[in-house]
Amino acid sequence: MSTNVSVEEVKERNNQVIGEVLEVYPEKTAKKRAKHLGTFENGKTDCGVKSNLKSIPGVMTIRGCAYAGSKGVVWGPIKDMVHISHGPVGCGQYSWAARRNYYIGTTGVDSFVTLQFTSDFQEKDIVFGGDKKLAQIIDEIETLFPLNKGITIQSECPVGLIGDDIEGVAKAKAKEHNKTIVPVRCEGFRGVSQSLGHHIANDALRDWVIDKQTGKPARFESTPYDVAIIGDYNIGGDAWSSRILLEEMGLRVIAQWSGDGTLAELEATPKAKLNILHCYRSMNYISRHMEEKFGVPWVEYNFFGPTKIIESLREIAAHFDDTIKEGAERVIAKYQALTDAVIAKYRPRLEGKKVMLFVGGLRPRHVIGAYEDLGMEVVGTGYEFGHNDDYQRTTHYIKDGTLIYDDVTAFEFERFVEKVQPDLVGSGIKEKYIFQKMGFPFRQMHSWDYSGPYHGYDGFAIFARDMDMAINAPVWSLTKAPW
Amino acid sequence: MSQNAEKVIDHFELFRGKEYTEMLANKKCLFEDPVATEELERVAEWTKSAEYREKNFAREALTVNPAKACQPLGAVFAALGFERTLPFVHGSQGCVAYYRSHFSRHFKEPTSAVSSSMTEDAAVFGGLNNMIDGLANSYSMYKPKMISVSTTCMAEVIGDDLNAFIKNAKENGSVPAEMDVPFAHTPAFVGSHVTGYDNTLKGILEHFWDGKAGTAPKLERLPNGKLNFIGGFDGYTVGNIREIKRLLDLMGVEYTILGDNSDVWDTPGDGEFRMYDGGTTLEDTAEAIHAGATISMQEFCTDKTLDFIGSKGQEVIAFNHPVGVEGTDRFLMEVSRLSGKAIPPAVTKERGRLVDAIADSSAHIHGKKFAIYGDPDLTLGLAGFLLELGAEPVHILSTNGGAVWKEKAEALLAGSPFGKGCHVYAGKDLWHMRSLLFTEPVDFLIGNTYGKFLERDTSTPLIRIGFPIFDRHHHHRYPVWGYQGGMNVLVKILDKIFDQMDQSTNDVAKTDYSFDIIR
Repeated sequence: MSTNVSVEEVKERNNQVIGEVLEVYPEKTAKKRAKHLGTFENGKTDCGVKSNLKSIPGVMTIRGCAYAGSKGVVWGPIKDMVHISHGPVGCGQYSWAARRNYYIGTTGVDSFVTLQFTSDFQEKDIVFGGDKKLAQIIDEIETLFPLNKGITIQSECPVGLIGDDIEGVAKAKAKEHNKTIVPVRCEGFRGVSQSLGHHIANDALRDWVIDKQTGKPARFESTPYDVAIIGDYNIGGDAWSSRILLEEMGLRVIAQWSGDGTLAELEATPKAKLNILHCYRSMNYISRHMEEKFGVPWVEYNFFGPTKIIESLREIAAHFDDTIKEGAERVIAKYQALTDAVIAKYRPRLEGKKVMLFVGGLRPRHVIGAYEDLGMEVVGTGYEFGHNDDYQRTTHYIKDGTLIYDDVTAFEFERFVEKVQPDLVGSGIKEKYIFQKMGFPFRQMHSWDYSGPYHGYDGFAIFARDMDMAINAPVWSLTKAPW
Repeated sequence: MSQNAEKVIDHFELFRGKEYTEMLANKKCLFEDPVATEELERVAEWTKSAEYREKNFAREALTVNPAKACQPLGAVFAALGFERTLPFVHGSQGCVAYYRSHFSRHFKEPTSAVSSSMTEDAAVFGGLNNMIDGLANSYSMYKPKMISVSTTCMAEVIGDDLNAFIKNAKENGSVPAEMDVPFAHTPAFVGSHVTGYDNTLKGILEHFWDGKAGTAPKLERLPNGKLNFIGGFDGYTVGNIREIKRLLDLMGVEYTILGDNSDVWDTPGDGEFRMYDGGTTLEDTAEAIHAGATISMQEFCTDKTLDFIGSKGQEVIAFNHPVGVEGTDRFLMEVSRLSGKAIPPAVTKERGRLVDAIADSSAHIHGKKFAIYGDPDLTLGLAGFLLELGAEPVHILSTNGGAVWKEKAEALLAGSPFGKGCHVYAGKDLWHMRSLLFTEPVDFLIGNTYGKFLERDTSTPLIRIGFPIFDRHHHHRYPVWGYQGGMNVLVKILDKIFDQMDQSTNDVAKTDYSFDIIR
């Protein structure tokens, strides 16, 4: 797409390509998919697409399941608890250490994030139920991993279908071992995507951890500047490169949810003066609950790219006194030189480049500012498992004429990219090799393609370097044979 | 501030800087409620002890770090070996996202498969509508020649009947009546990924040979001189299948590869995405009934498939992922016997080159102790090669290995003086292996990427052979079968041995005397 194309022409092109993909579907499917595809019109309060609906069978959705949302996203990173993948072996195996939730600890002794604990269901467990086995598993964990601070039970599909009482087992064993044991009903068939898994995991946190803190004293003396980072999974160290800025502005981070997090931090969170929320999608539920029940206000922030970082630091500081407000300005000033140098180096190499995104959580909107700081433009975006409130929030980030695709199918995404011809595609591992073979530079925007962190000022430099190395790699000039 | 626009540093270096290490130390001591250092050290040491090993091996219910996956993964693998075939997994959709990611992380290639996306309502009413809509959508969008249906545990627990569902979907016009839609029930709570491979391959052959689910006459076998070849679930499928084709072509054998994944997981970067590439043609799949014999490279991947093929009157031969000289000898001699074609001098020369290479390097491997884990067939093949090299496979472990596998592995060890004092562990996991490595240390560990946790804990150098390999690139493009494959494995083992020698002799003014330039 050349830069002198008018917005009207872009919208026309979008309509055309949407029409082309819909034509291929059976009528019923075309009707359903049509509601998820569209073009953003300036001034509208949402993106004009439906979301959070069932994926259509057989279309190759990119989505995962509730188990992935609970074990893979919310609970898995809590490092001093043992998370049992309860059911057959596969779910735990495919998600084993696959999300880069960095943590520091002695793995297998006091930290357990990169271990795969599974009940490895056999036919007899399906026929006779898995509760007895679960009880024994908990005992065996207590014997072999005595320094664990607690256990969670991450249900896989069969558990909910065979009528097991994991809550009963959890209660009995929690009493026996005097430990926090959390049953999570995140069977993969529940809901339409990872998203319900986040919600179920949040509810389990509420019922089995947070609400039990009512009236308990803090382990430490509170200060007026105590905050908790909510919804940062520390991919490649994201939460750390965020935490450092908060501390530098004078705040005290008492908990990280959930990257590099611990049970003690979860328990301390109701004592925070402010919960600061990065991934709204996966942790707005518990933030709202802590506000209602414990009076902890929450604020959303965005630590991708200097423009949004500066806005967010000021927004967070606005909840505190002048010490913190001055602290925010001090942090902004401290990193200005680094930011200027990064932009001076990379912007000329990336100016005007067009990006198409398809990711989960907050990133389909949150990273747009970082691209724009580098002179790039996001021309298409969509959410794997977003809800309407995500698409409403997205309107603050995107430009008139942006192509929007909710729960995109592999088929649609390929056609859209072919038509729009972006300079970069940002999505996941399942998409990466497809687009690279088509000759499009690509970055995984779930795992940061094994790089990161991307959050904060330190992260922005890495983000800029990575986008440059993707787009300006010499390999893209070799795609076509010279004969 | 350690970040710098001129030389941007990422997670490798960034968090080692003072500002971050101090921040994280504070986080730990103020907010994490950490275990006291002495207690942590005491427990960490205890996990290395014989007492811990005993408790670890006494566990009955808990599995920690298994070296196996579930049936549907193998189903997707098997389906992708056929021409323009779309794997269709009936059940929850998250499973398919996992299989696709898992394969893509190993092969660094796209993996196409679809799900019928069953949710709560399907759990109550069954997934028939998901099958009807799903087949129709897949057919319109992805234009497959064949759709191979398998199941997740969800569909199995609620008891969906694939045969009836597919018939029903065809009656509803989801796909043309004559479309090939073979199926296999692949419950995740039975067996492992190798079982899923077996069930699916059998399902596909049954479909073509036994009358396409009652819609066509059964094929009558008219024996010809051809050979069928089955690779099994194999992380090296790209390199291995190509190597086998090269050898069979050199011998002038007429053959059909049943399940040829070598192209679909190695498509070029030339501007075009090939969702389908290569694979066994459907015509060849049907014709394969007439072959004189079928050779499987992996017995435990093809248990039921070979029974089925054998029931048609073919001779069936199964190997255990043969690696090295004798394994390849046995394979080629069987091919020669079954095809009536001689092993050509060019191949004999390749054999000689591998023997020569072993002779050159054997002094560095002889007597070295190894631990191996992985799929049943792979562990047998590798153990056989190690014995041939004069190495000792002290611990052989397979999470998805059963009693039959254990017996075979023990017989293999009994057949060699280098197998003395070596032990076989069926159904155990990598946390068991951890105890073995602490209490009975070895020189090297052979396994997949997850072995890096064992390497870190026990300081046993890891040689990456197996599936999945996520953290090293492109090794699946090189064969481990054939004499050339044996050479690749030999070099891989030697490289690690030499790297280890250099790393343990590079302490200047302490151990530098053994830091030799010629080895």
